[in-house]
Amino acid sequence: MEFFIISLIKAGIVAFVLLTTLAYLQWVERKVIAHIQLRMGPSRVGPHGLLQPLADVIKLITKEDLLPPHVNKFFYLLAPFLAVTMALLSISVIPFGPEIEVFGYNTWMQLTDLNIGVLFILAISSMGVYGVALAGWASNNKYALLGAMRSAAQMISYELPMALAIAAPLLLVNTLSLREIVEAQSGYAFGFLPHWTIFQAPFPQFFSFIIFLIAGFAETNRIPFDLPEAENELVAGFHTEYSSMKFASFFMAEYANMITVASITVILFLGGWHPLAPGLAGDLIPPAIFALGGLVCLYHGLHPARGKDRYTLPVFGLIFLGVAAVLLIPALKAIVLPLFWFAAKTGALLFTFIWVRGTLPRFRYDQLMGFAWKFLFPVAILNLLVTGFMVALV
Amino acid sequence: MDVILFLAFAAFAVVCGINVVLQSHPISSALSLIGVMGSLAVLYLLLGAEFIAAAQLIVYAGAIMVLFLFVIMLLNAGSEAKRGRSLLVQFMGVPVMVSLLGLLSYFVLRLFPAAPPVRFGNFRGGSPRSFGEVLFTQYLLPFEVTSVLILIAIIGAVVLARKEID
Amino acid sequence: MTGVPLSWYLVLSAILFALGVAGFLFRRNIITLFMSIELMLNAVNLSFVSFSYQWAQVNGHIFTFFVMVVAAAEAAVGLAIILTVFKNRQTLNVDDVNSMKY
Repeated sequence: MEFFIISLIKAGIVAFVLLTTLAYLQWVERKVIAHIQLRMGPSRVGPHGLLQPLADVIKLITKEDLLPPHVNKFFYLLAPFLAVTMALLSISVIPFGPEIEVFGYNTWMQLTDLNIGVLFILAISSMGVYGVALAGWASNNKYALLGAMRSAAQMISYELPMALAIAAPLLLVNTLSLREIVEAQSGYAFGFLPHWTIFQAPFPQFFSFIIFLIAGFAETNRIPFDLPEAENELVAGFHTEYSSMKFASFFMAEYANMITVASITVILFLGGWHPLAPGLAGDLIPPAIFALGGLVCLYHGLHPARGKDRYTLPVFGLIFLGVAAVLLIPALKAIVLPLFWFAAKTGALLFTFIWVRGTLPRFRYDQLMGFAWKFLFPVAILNLLVTGFMVALV
Repeated sequence: MDVILFLAFAAFAVVCGINVVLQSHPISSALSLIGVMGSLAVLYLLLGAEFIAAAQLIVYAGAIMVLFLFVIMLLNAGSEAKRGRSLLVQFMGVPVMVSLLGLLSYFVLRLFPAAPPVRFGNFRGGSPRSFGEVLFTQYLLPFEVTSVLILIAIIGAVVLARKEID
Repeated sequence: MTGVPLSWYLVLSAILFALGVAGFLFRRNIITLFMSIELMLNAVNLSFVSFSYQWAQVNGHIFTFFVMVVAAAEAAVGLAIILTVFKNRQTLNVDDVNSMKY
């Protein structure tokens, strides 16, 4: 019985954290892209634009919810539901940390551990294609249909190199369960090199990492593969006819997919929630980072470049120093530090996603499909072959 | 708990199956078929076949049905026009089918020897490890032959669907 | 908590197979015919997995896997044939493809 209660509490926490992260990921994206393009991004709503996601949510909820008369009602309403459900379902198997003890109960920081965890993720991402395809078809609009067909074809084409890139580190860790994959990456070789799959003998999975990341860009319809929803080519692609909450669902689904791909990359290749350095050094790095950030904020708060930063920067500095102090408490260390490492690695990958969006132009559709079938798929097969040879012979 | 899950998903599968046959637009039939495959995946999980459940979702519901959907959208297949059916078929069709089904079910339930009831977790041999152990040792030849079969199918499909270069 | 008798799974498989046969015999759209064939194959897969549970062996799962693979190959080639038929006849009604009939 208490298993159900604990699971419900965990599901509630994960859902809450995920939805907040989704909203603020959009804020981070807009600020980072703005700074790449030498402008400021949202800065009016709240300090440094931090309340912008709240304003966006209020706008989306209060917008008029249209049901155009020419659409196929059942599929029009089913499509965003499918997209969001599949995107959020894949978070349920991701391990955020090791086994912890909270108020006397032992529980893992993971909603559920399937022994076919990797296959579950692949299955859910295959089903996510339907949200896009149905949205385009139900809209009864040629731009939407074209965008949806292109997007669906792109997603299923890049599923193949993705699955092959996933298969290569599985040869090294010998299990499909996500929890055991992370556990197989514990330990340090030569005393300092982490035993992550990307560094592991007999064959460091560097190429699999690159292939998986590229396929992940294509699966989530991000630049450079975002022609199906490019604004200047196809009006808005498959979500042309959607407004207000249904449009917000597609948006949420895209960001949730991004978070899922980044989390799976971290788990498969970058060691999950394991720290970067062994022992005490690894435990001191997070508080050191936050303390440094806090001190920098406080220093700049004394002579701010802009007038309004006189009040916001010291506050941020104090918040960072507070977080650094929390990370030093030994009682909370077992819970907070693995979470920090997982969040830091996932955050670094999400920053890479946003960085690439701000930097690269997009592929033309035939270049995109040619790249998948003529380059990425053979390279993924070759990578799997070499990994297999090295594992079998060494 | 097993009974509730089985009945719920079996009912969903049968309703979707009837929908596949009765709907006039092919896309509705295709979506109902996806519903059937999804509920069958849950039933496979109840029977302890975890790898097959995941393969069903990845291969069948995630790739084959997407292919169907693409072809339907490409050909812009509209609703099927109702052709006239003879009076005999209209009145005797469903009762004959139901009686055939009843006969089959009676024989299955009567002649089938008593088997242990299906409980979730009773059969542990469906994991990918045990599946792979048998597939790559005892059934290696069929495995290799099916890969050649898929290669032939790819070549055939590409040749058939190619645009003619005039 | 009692379990589910195995014969119920077989009855479900029989029902789905019968529905597939009914769809195959009564529908005239080629693509719906194809989907009825897939429904029949799925019903057979359920039978295989049920019997594999009864004998506590994994061989039934292997057969299911091969059925899925063959169904994938058949769907690919069959849909390519449907595309070609549509290109030549401009119809998806299987009754209209009858130029070789007596």
